[in-house]
Amino acid sequence: MENLIGAITVFVLAMFVGFEVIVKVPPTLHTPLMSGSNAISGITIVGALLAAGVGHTTLTTVLGLLAVIFATINVVGGFLVTHRMLEMFRRK
Amino acid sequence: MPQTIVNLAYLLASALFILGLKGLSHPRTAVRGNLLGAVGMLIAVLVTALDRRIVSYEMILLGLVVGSAAGALLALKIHMTAMPQMVALLNGFGGAASALVAGAALHEAQGAPAALTGQFTVATVASGLIGAVTFWGSLVAFAKLQALITENAVVFRGRHLVSGLVLAAALGFGVRLVLAPDQTATYWIVVAAGSVLGVLLTIPIGGADMPVVISLLNSYSGLAAAATGFVLDNNMLIIAGSLVGASGIILTRIMCVAMNRSLTNVLFGGFGAQPVAAASADSVYAGKVKAASAEEVAMLLETARRVVIVPGYGMAVSQAQHAVQSLANLLKSRGTEVLYGIHPVAGRMPGHMNVLLAEADVPYEDLKEMDEINPLLKQTDVAIVIGANDVVNPLARTDPNSPIAGMPIIDVDQARTVVVIKRSLSPGFAGIPNPLFAAPNTLMLFADGKKAINEIIRSLQEAGVTA
Repeated sequence: MENLIGAITVFVLAMFVGFEVIVKVPPTLHTPLMSGSNAISGITIVGALLAAGVGHTTLTTVLGLLAVIFATINVVGGFLVTHRMLEMFRRK
Repeated sequence: MPQTIVNLAYLLASALFILGLKGLSHPRTAVRGNLLGAVGMLIAVLVTALDRRIVSYEMILLGLVVGSAAGALLALKIHMTAMPQMVALLNGFGGAASALVAGAALHEAQGAPAALTGQFTVATVASGLIGAVTFWGSLVAFAKLQALITENAVVFRGRHLVSGLVLAAALGFGVRLVLAPDQTATYWIVVAAGSVLGVLLTIPIGGADMPVVISLLNSYSGLAAAATGFVLDNNMLIIAGSLVGASGIILTRIMCVAMNRSLTNVLFGGFGAQPVAAASADSVYAGKVKAASAEEVAMLLETARRVVIVPGYGMAVSQAQHAVQSLANLLKSRGTEVLYGIHPVAGRMPGHMNVLLAEADVPYEDLKEMDEINPLLKQTDVAIVIGANDVVNPLARTDPNSPIAGMPIIDVDQARTVVVIKRSLSPGFAGIPNPLFAAPNTLMLFADGKKAINEIIRSLQEAGVTA
């Protein structure tokens, strides 16, 4: 229970931080914001690595492998495409 | 590596994510912000890879290599015009990964029943359900944007009932999993129901409402990651996930406000599917529409002091952004002020027009938001509307019964002359005629956007105007 309350506290506070930070992003950068924040949501890769590497059963390993692939596409593709877009905004 | 150090590294990564998003608040700091986020991710991955519970690296390396190659290929090859599809697809992959991780964690926990706490199972259900909705919803959005399936709203009778039943089934099986967490098959039933729900929720939403859907799916992908954080008891996942969840919610709200419609209306209204009762196109347009040639438009532009360009999805379709930029440069070289008026929902995702124009080297200072450009339109000589329709329809201001009533628009009709570049008088997404096209100060240039702009440039050059 203690754990859960702690986790919920973190969740709620992080939401507030998210609102405060993101409200300030200008409309011009809304697309890079989406792709960039999307790359961050690929953080689930951390869980995927553990599932793929701990190797309890073949099933969890396969699920882990698939999750690593999906999450890595998300992370690498997301940060890279965001970088490509932002470079276009910067070069003026 | 001791857990304390791991947790400190995760804290560092979380802080970098926040700083990264903060960097996105200005084009000058945005590149660095994105890099900070990527560094945070790298730290998180490296620290996790050193976890001593990991016994084999083969699958991890295989997954990382395949995923990186696919991700890099997508990111480097994708055309800027296809960015909405790309973002939709990435959202979906994030959701899928979260659902898979939660599933793997559930199967793994069967070996240690003490791990199957209420928090664990409830979070697992949430992660599986939201992840599946995100994945399939994003695939449908991708298919619509890529024109693999019709972009129009697909509606059928009783769709709300069917969606409601599927949601109830998903929640029912979710409760069953919480009560009997050893029945792992239940989890996959929840995921299956979530998949059906994802399709059902996205398929009735039409093209111009895509900005809302993509923002919402963006938010879901974050919430799925946060739910996975609750499954794994990992604060970093919760923080990163909720940041993204918040970002998606903000964008969703901005998009809804910009259309003066509620989220419920966008999601369940089936907007654009039924023909609406409005004045017939004939009575609005008959005898009042004035067509102009590129030469006439060029003559107008020659004497204009301020020109405002208002782009819409049509500019993306005809890939006219580079031509538009050349025209703007030509005009600027002879002292004309050229600005761009960007409506928040122009295009298929938030910021779509800005990215296209940035690709064409338009300085971001020239891109004005709706609230900035509207007061300037009264003192504007020529407003050029290219590929936009509903977002410049004055009915939004004047007709309270119109489907777009109350939607904030760009007031191009206030400019001295309005030039609308469009292939025909066909209605926009809202399915209603646009009185702007028949206004006394409007000239219609019937042509493909890119071709029309290039012809105007040629006419200007023939008249001796050179950059």
